[in-house]
Amino acid sequence: MIDLPLAFLGPFGDAFELIFNGVESPLARGEVGGLSEVGEFTLTHIELSAAALSTALLLAVPLAVWLGHRGQGVGFAVPAGNAGRALPELVLIAIMVAFIGTGFLNVGIALMILAIPPILTNTYVGISQVDRTAVEAARGMGMSEAAIALRVELPLAAPTIMAGVRTSAVNVIATATIAPLGSVETLGTFILSPNVYGDTTGPLAGAILVALLAVIVELGLAAVQWAVTPKGLKLQRAAA
Amino acid sequence: MTWFELPLAQLDESFFRDRSDSDCIADNGAFCVQWVVDNFGDRYVTPLLEHLVLVAVSVVLGFLIAFGMSLLSHRRRWLVPPFIGVTGVLYTIPSLAFFFLLLPITGRGTDTAIIALTAYNLQIIYRNIVAGLANVPAEAKDAGRGMGMTDRQLLWRVELPLSVPEIVAGLRIATVSTVAIATLAVFAGGGGLGEQLVGSNLTFKTNVLVVAVLAIGMAIVFDLLLLAAQRRLTRWQRRDAPARRRGLIFRRGEVWSPG
Repeated sequence: MIDLPLAFLGPFGDAFELIFNGVESPLARGEVGGLSEVGEFTLTHIELSAAALSTALLLAVPLAVWLGHRGQGVGFAVPAGNAGRALPELVLIAIMVAFIGTGFLNVGIALMILAIPPILTNTYVGISQVDRTAVEAARGMGMSEAAIALRVELPLAAPTIMAGVRTSAVNVIATATIAPLGSVETLGTFILSPNVYGDTTGPLAGAILVALLAVIVELGLAAVQWAVTPKGLKLQRAAA
Repeated sequence: MTWFELPLAQLDESFFRDRSDSDCIADNGAFCVQWVVDNFGDRYVTPLLEHLVLVAVSVVLGFLIAFGMSLLSHRRRWLVPPFIGVTGVLYTIPSLAFFFLLLPITGRGTDTAIIALTAYNLQIIYRNIVAGLANVPAEAKDAGRGMGMTDRQLLWRVELPLSVPEIVAGLRIATVSTVAIATLAVFAGGGGLGEQLVGSNLTFKTNVLVVAVLAIGMAIVFDLLLLAAQRRLTRWQRRDAPARRRGLIFRRGEVWSPG
């Protein structure tokens, strides 16, 4: 229990109270909130997002590397990415709920669909834009096409690919907030159940937690991007 | 009665009241054509117009602010990283969270939705303007200076016109994304097409499809309009078209960039 004079923070104080200590539900069904419930929702939020993102990676990266290496499919990879932008998150979830059903798997599939376009497009573009002289050099050294794709093109495209992954990750975490519409209790539950958490305090608490999670994941993946960028590329950029 | 209700089990009885095609609705058929014909005017026109206003106002505001920021940072390069950083944080914060973070300050309503959507746009538009200005060929600038242009003339007559393709590319991405995200404005009390997707409306298949078509359609129409504007404004730029078709050149906007 943290005993801080949070009242001066107004609604934000109430939200922190909900997050750290739990409060009496407006419908008087006992205590709600508190760190254990926050932990539970956070865990589901992360599990759902991670499942969607990793499946999207498994599907999109190999396909885009293959297309990009062969220099085929520009008429597919780039428009697919642009179409992805036009797809409203709420509509995607609604279609899933109305036509297929609710639950972790269905919502996860909706989020995966959302995550694919940035990863697909960026991987494709990243691979296609690898310096042709580097590829020719690798070929001249007798590397097989698969080795060129995996050991030359993929590392050199890493920064662009990671930019797509970061975009997808943040999108997925943002959209997982409305997963309670599909009966998956993520952090969005605080926002979408005003009967339980109040219609100001709960949403505010949920918003703070989701925003924090998104920023943390974004920073973490930015660090990953830095780590997987080949040294040569970093030097090249520093020189430019 | 709260503004938002979760139970999704059965259809709202308002779908049945005084409506035609009741068999199809009772079965929650995939697409009840007659119902759409009878209800389009009552149910969808107002949210559609609200949606248009949300998108138009927040993209225009986002453009004005981002344009102001680019003018500020154009001759003061040190401002670029902090501007990218700040707009990046605004971009990263999920819109839905942003709405509720603003709620204690600005209350529920269209203003809150517009502020959040504008904040979301800034990064996309700002990055593209900066990239556009940075990609102006040095020869073009030298030629301008050689003709005796001042910095201001150089900016408005050489650098900005040559950046139009990237600026419009940014506007296209911002607009299309905003059309999608504005469906969430309903949670901020800002109306829009999302209004038709809360509560039991979410399980009514016909309704979900109508909203999907309207939202995606609006995004496509805006995209095509901006594409046409871009073509008109850049008639001089045709020489890289063949290479682009062969997939050798990608515009900045086609790659996704995070905050």
